[in-house]
Amino acid sequence: MILLIDLCFRNGSLGFDEFVRPVARIVHHLGNDAISVHFRSVTDHFLSQAEAVILCGTPLADTAFLAETGAFSWLKKTRLPVLGICAGMEAICTIFGGTIRPCIEIGMTEVTVIGNDPIFQESGSFSAYELHTLACNNLRDLEVLAVSNQCIQVVRHQGKKIYGVMFHPEVRNEWVIERFVTLSGEEGISQ
Amino acid sequence: MRLGVLCSGGKDSLFACMMAMEKEEVVCLIALTPRNEESYMFHTPNVSLVSLQAEAAELPLVEMPTAGMEEKELEDLRAALVCAREKHQIEGVVTGAILSVYQAVRIQRICCALGLWCFNPLWHTDQDAYLDTLIKKGFRVIISGVFAEPFDEKWLGIPLDHASVALLNEYRERYGITLSGEGGEYETFVLDAPFFRKRIEIMEASSEYHNYRGFYRITRARLVGK
Repeated sequence: MILLIDLCFRNGSLGFDEFVRPVARIVHHLGNDAISVHFRSVTDHFLSQAEAVILCGTPLADTAFLAETGAFSWLKKTRLPVLGICAGMEAICTIFGGTIRPCIEIGMTEVTVIGNDPIFQESGSFSAYELHTLACNNLRDLEVLAVSNQCIQVVRHQGKKIYGVMFHPEVRNEWVIERFVTLSGEEGISQ
Repeated sequence: MRLGVLCSGGKDSLFACMMAMEKEEVVCLIALTPRNEESYMFHTPNVSLVSLQAEAAELPLVEMPTAGMEEKELEDLRAALVCAREKHQIEGVVTGAILSVYQAVRIQRICCALGLWCFNPLWHTDQDAYLDTLIKKGFRVIISGVFAEPFDEKWLGIPLDHASVALLNEYRERYGITLSGEGGEYETFVLDAPFFRKRIEIMEASSEYHNYRGFYRITRARLVGK
């Protein structure tokens, strides 16, 4: 089972339909079960059942999750593969000692891969859908795998199976989610 | 949250409106009425009848005329959202965008600049399930325009029901259309929705069709009880 975490300001908000459901559809198409839970309701019970976790994005104006980073402290001790999308990457960055700065990208942007990784290998550069007003900086425990002209686009934790992507792979780059889920199942993402 | 729904009169914007009503407070509809039938951003046939839909839903309408020229439309959209914020204190905007990055990006940028939330509740939805739900929920939708092969003039004015959706599915397989018409292959007009207090009855309409391109123009319509 893949655990999808909704980072929107309220459980059951309109943002769920836009940012969680499309990811669930991709996971289902891969033949996996998906369970979604709001970020304030994540418990060991959910995490213990999951093979991997995806932290989903939020509407542009929705940054409430950044005021509640305690709700993401489980990231420090988990051994599960985790993929954070946009807001999810910002949460990961904050938990692992990075900082957040204003940075607006809305629309298609060129992303250039600069690191070696089983998900992004041989990707070179690709066009991706961006929808963010913030970006990650001053990363400590996270390695940069890809960038755009404006900000860091992909990170991976140096000691855990945790990824963050600033773009929205559910819109034009479903392969990112497909490879993450597939490699998680095969234990193909090494620590 | 007080929301305005960007409404073209078609199924996607009014279905998104229903979704928004289930979770937030919809306080107005917002319509741009293009004079250009090739409008880049906004669905064109019968958009002037959105006022009848607003009346049926008992919602105020913020209406803004637009010349329908590519970038000028965006200024008109911005003006419409500013007007909706002043008149109805909207905090956010809802659209019926499903797949169009072109459309979604432009609206997101304007909302961002104005400090408004932007919601696209149908974004990347499962189109088969969406059309099935639309019909089961009791939306009454007609085809108001066709703009691609292999649509013939018999499509103009027919209801979007299980039979027509089955045919659209065949067209998807054979001609690669998007099932929901998001690629601009066809346009729709909503005559009734679950949240309408009255439904729209067409009293007079005409069709115009040439070479896989046609419009169903409603020239007289009225509201009747449900």
